[in-house]
Amino acid sequence: MSGHDSHTIAHIHEELHSHLPPEPALRVKALESLLVEKGMLDPATVDAWIEVFTEEIGPKRGAAVVARAWTDPDFKARLLADGTAAITELGFDGWAGGHLKVVENTPDVHNLIVCTLCSCYPHSVLGIPPNWYKTAAYRARAVRDPRGVLAEFGEDVPESVAIRVWDSTAELRYMVLPERPAGTEGWDAAELADLVTRNAMIGTARDLTPGKGEAG
Amino acid sequence: MPPEATGIAPRASDEGPVRFAEPWHAQVLAIANGLAEAGLFSRSDWAAALGAALRRAEAAGGPDDDATYYAAALAALEGLVAERSPEAGGSLEGRVEAWRRAYLRTPHGKPVELSAGLEADDADEDVSLRGA
Repeated sequence: MSGHDSHTIAHIHEELHSHLPPEPALRVKALESLLVEKGMLDPATVDAWIEVFTEEIGPKRGAAVVARAWTDPDFKARLLADGTAAITELGFDGWAGGHLKVVENTPDVHNLIVCTLCSCYPHSVLGIPPNWYKTAAYRARAVRDPRGVLAEFGEDVPESVAIRVWDSTAELRYMVLPERPAGTEGWDAAELADLVTRNAMIGTARDLTPGKGEAG
Repeated sequence: MPPEATGIAPRASDEGPVRFAEPWHAQVLAIANGLAEAGLFSRSDWAAALGAALRRAEAAGGPDDDATYYAAALAALEGLVAERSPEAGGSLEGRVEAWRRAYLRTPHGKPVELSAGLEADDADEDVSLRGA
């Protein structure tokens, strides 16, 4: 293991020892100590989680999956048939009991993912969900007015393009396979992966044409 | 099992690596993840409890931000623990007060140990530490 954000972890621990914490922090501290004492919680799993998620695992994994699908039609077919199995080919674990479904954008269809209930998200390929993904506003409006949401993200999707909204659950998560942009013929997978943004894999971005996103 | 196996993960900043606004934001989800891995509740149980807590926060008019989200996560976690382990749930308030006393009784800069707060004392006079 390398690259742990040990400073962040140390800071988190240090914070807890420096002064009387705010009330919710005190409650979390009490809960953790109680659960560890009763043998219900392994403190090592708590530390491991904090290490992983302060390091941010994604969304480079998802970008690698997309680039591979763009350059390997057989992989793309397997990915669309069974996302959970296909990502293991790249060394990315799925998660026990949960499934990944990859939905493909085409010239006629745009896909958008949301979790209307809470914040279910394909962590194993996209890492950490952005703040807006968990807001009540996004969770409600992605379903009610997806075209309006996309416009706010700077994507004016023509009326001729159907928008499909996928509601994630704890058991089934979605990832969008964006369209490969024109002008990238001959690019290798690493170059292509650099074009793929997290928002494109959530569906709040659509056009990955090189250079387009850099101005905004 | 890797930590992402339970599908419990933080809200993140829109750009760059995760920055937790408060250390307890990270800890509340890390504990939820640890309990799910230990089998006290399932991912679906967690999603349902968190979803319900978020709906209550929305209904109460809470702002749609990190503070509301993590407060809801804590409420969901406390609720699930109390439901699945009444013994642990019933001990929580006492443990909170023990830690509060421990923090107040420990001089600034020294490690805070729970043992320092286990004995209740009505004569807690360490209020000055709050402003130290």
